[in-house]
Amino acid sequence: MIGALTPGFAEPVGGAQSCFRQVLDAMARPGRVYTVGAVAAPAPLSDAAAAVVLTLMDHETPLWLDPEAEAARGWIAFHTGAPITGDPAKSMFALALTHYAMTIWHRLPFGTDEAPQTSATVILHVASLTTGRAFVLEGPGLRSPATLTVDGLPGDFAAVWQRNHALYPCGIDLILCAGNQLAALPRSVAVREG
Amino acid sequence: MKGYNFAYLDEQTKRMIRRALLKAVAIPGHQVPFGSREMPLPYGWGTGGIQVTASILGADDVLKVIDQGADDTTNAVSIRRFFARTAGVRTTTATAEATVIQTRHRIPEKTLREDQIIVYQVPQPEPLWRLEPSRVETTRMHGLADYGLMHVKLYEDIARYGQISIAYDYPVMVNERYLMSPSPIPAFDNPKMDMMPALQLFGAGREKRIYAIPPWTRVRSLDFDDHPFRAINAAHPCGLCGATDAFLDEVVTDDRGGRLFVCSDTDHCAERRAAGHVGADGLREAAE
Repeated sequence: MIGALTPGFAEPVGGAQSCFRQVLDAMARPGRVYTVGAVAAPAPLSDAAAAVVLTLMDHETPLWLDPEAEAARGWIAFHTGAPITGDPAKSMFALALTHYAMTIWHRLPFGTDEAPQTSATVILHVASLTTGRAFVLEGPGLRSPATLTVDGLPGDFAAVWQRNHALYPCGIDLILCAGNQLAALPRSVAVREG
Repeated sequence: MKGYNFAYLDEQTKRMIRRALLKAVAIPGHQVPFGSREMPLPYGWGTGGIQVTASILGADDVLKVIDQGADDTTNAVSIRRFFARTAGVRTTTATAEATVIQTRHRIPEKTLREDQIIVYQVPQPEPLWRLEPSRVETTRMHGLADYGLMHVKLYEDIARYGQISIAYDYPVMVNERYLMSPSPIPAFDNPKMDMMPALQLFGAGREKRIYAIPPWTRVRSLDFDDHPFRAINAAHPCGLCGATDAFLDEVVTDDRGGRLFVCSDTDHCAERRAAGHVGADGLREAAE
């Protein structure tokens, strides 16, 4: 319903720039938690996921949208123009509300040896980035192994991620969102249960 | 500036570059293609670096631009003014004050911090291009991590000259996976890239490639066990500030064979002189 749409960034240029710097820093320093500025996120998206959508997506980025996030489809289409696809294999971004939606993980593009950058980026909602299970991260961006605490990842996440990391330089990059916080796991980082 | 978007580039272009930057950070050392735009200065003048800087720059950033280490040469001055006009950002020549440093062919002497980003202008992003002219072939080599050709080139240098004869743009291995061109910085600067606390971004405008090194990432200059990598520098102290650990430029001072060796990093040299360090030629200059 168009009449019910909430606005995007209050200041589109500055909003996208500051959110991008948070995402860039998050990708460069895996597991570190960043806070994004206020966005009038449409239900059921979190502020962080909505800000990432506004910052990175446009008509060039096919998006696989979690069926449970259907209510946000109009908002995403209006503000970004991103084509929403039902076929994960054709997507550049995937937006998932819960890890149940991650059953599509294996159908997402992983990139090729010659063009590993063609893999998908997954934006995944989690319950919390401050409490929950601890994971130990190691890899580029980390001077020494770092700990990321996440509530809401699947029980076998470390194993799923290890298979993803083993594909390096191919593989999927993950942006975890909870409320107005986000953290990133690039494919280059190794994850084990802490 | 009226009539232009903040930092010159339109938002659509910035988003495209930002997406490329995120992939570049996730795959350290891998060259990500991007849709390089026409800029209001020719290719070869830092258009890649400018596009990267324009895509990351915010109103609160403090920008420093250097060209061969100097803040006051044409390329540095014009790019600094470009962003002062199009983005209204504060600019500086002091390395410690900057949040974003765009550079042509040098890394500042002062150790960069975690909260800084360094953007390199890159003329030729492909480290193998002198050895293999075909992009199709070099892309395949990167895919297979097949870098034998470069090792043969280094070996032939040693066989012919007794040493590896690369003084700048010395090839590095990033995260033990990708062979990467560090841009034409002197080999002297290569060790600074290894485990650098700051994020390093590279933009090649004409060649339409972006690549990156996240903070705290292993960057190894290629070498052999019996011919280890050596950072080359002129065997002199700086004539003005007396520094013995800074990269030096050789300046011809007259037509009678006069030479002056000075720090290439002008901010570093000025800071040292302000702190009271004086080199041999600095004394003579004062006496004259």
